[in-house]
Amino acid sequence: MIAALLRRDLARFFPFAGSGAALPVVFFVAVAMLYPFAVGPDANLLARTGGGVVWIAALLAAILPLEKLVARDIELGVFDQLRLRGVTEEVMMAVRLAAHWLSFGPPLILATFPAAALLNLDGPSLHLLLLGLLAGTPGLAAIGLTIAALTASLRAGAALSGLLLIPLALPILIFGAGALTRQDQASLGFVAAISLALVAIAPFAAGAAIRAAREV
Amino acid sequence: MAMQGSRVSTITASGIRAETLTCRRGDRVLFRGLSFELGAGEALHITGANGTGKTTLIRALAGLTKPYAGTVERNGDIGLLDERSALDPDWPLGRALAFWTSIDGDKASDAPAALGLEPLLDVPVHYLSTGQRKRAGLAVLLGRGAPIWLLDEPLSGLDASAIEQVTTLIAAHVRGGGIALIASHQGLAVEGLQTLAIENYTPAPEPAA
Repeated sequence: MIAALLRRDLARFFPFAGSGAALPVVFFVAVAMLYPFAVGPDANLLARTGGGVVWIAALLAAILPLEKLVARDIELGVFDQLRLRGVTEEVMMAVRLAAHWLSFGPPLILATFPAAALLNLDGPSLHLLLLGLLAGTPGLAAIGLTIAALTASLRAGAALSGLLLIPLALPILIFGAGALTRQDQASLGFVAAISLALVAIAPFAAGAAIRAAREV
Repeated sequence: MAMQGSRVSTITASGIRAETLTCRRGDRVLFRGLSFELGAGEALHITGANGTGKTTLIRALAGLTKPYAGTVERNGDIGLLDERSALDPDWPLGRALAFWTSIDGDKASDAPAALGLEPLLDVPVHYLSTGQRKRAGLAVLLGRGAPIWLLDEPLSGLDASAIEQVTTLIAAHVRGGGIALIASHQGLAVEGLQTLAIENYTPAPEPAA
């Protein structure tokens, strides 16, 4: 049953599954492409600041899929029907978290290669960036899912979720981008720890949120 | 229906019982002290005007929301059909139905054919009319094989022949030992149907305290 759920969620959210699922990755590469145009082709400046730009692009790209992540299945009654089949909200949200991360983390990590080339990042920086995104994107996905579930029953939920994600994602951004300026892998450990805690909490928080949404 | 035979064994012991159920929406009490008991092979028609709490009652009976007071005892799986079909609007009907088939344990279901949905299997769900979507929801319900049916306005948006089809399905389900609760403001021609008017349990309007 969980395999069937994961298959459905992946088919809905994976890039090129249709309905704008590839948008976050396109957006991510577009930011990396536009940045040199905006600040000029100074190779040193790009190499020094490019890593931070990639992190900001990743954070903003994490906001894009939130609108469809939870609200639509509440409207369709999918969560209610699954509940009647004995699936708990926590399991639904854990599966959704896995599908959400798979459909936005790894594609973003792959897209980091062209982005790094556009921003003239050197080998060690790219290495730190890839490790950082690998450690940080699960955390971003967990924050995103929790916020999407909390705001699902609100009318202006989509706009609000973007605003809510940014402050909550700050620790990941600070430690992830900080690793680049100091060229040190140690702070990536913090990113991984934050991500791990968020991933552990998210299914319970999001599950409670969609249960609460029924009582409205 | 062909699948009726395999279901009977799980159905015989099923039942649903509500005791002094009180539900409210916001600050308003919709109904108070509502009790009933249904055993295998019984059907109940819940009547009431719009806004009297039919949907609230169905959701409380399904266990999706907690009643304000009172208890619901369920013995058997619940199959819920409401105005939301739980089918992905972007997907072709066949694929959307296949998801629920895979959740319900890969039992090959002849329900889509029985409900005349076969020509529509390639059509994306959002192109379907209200009535067609309702029939698709019924196909999921039939494929599930749950003994207790909770139907919220199962006849809305259906034409005369589809209404007859649904009525026949409900009658067959009940004859096979199933339980059906139908919340509808429309009349239903099902044999042995009991009626429960929600208005009888609506509290008298109180002066503003």
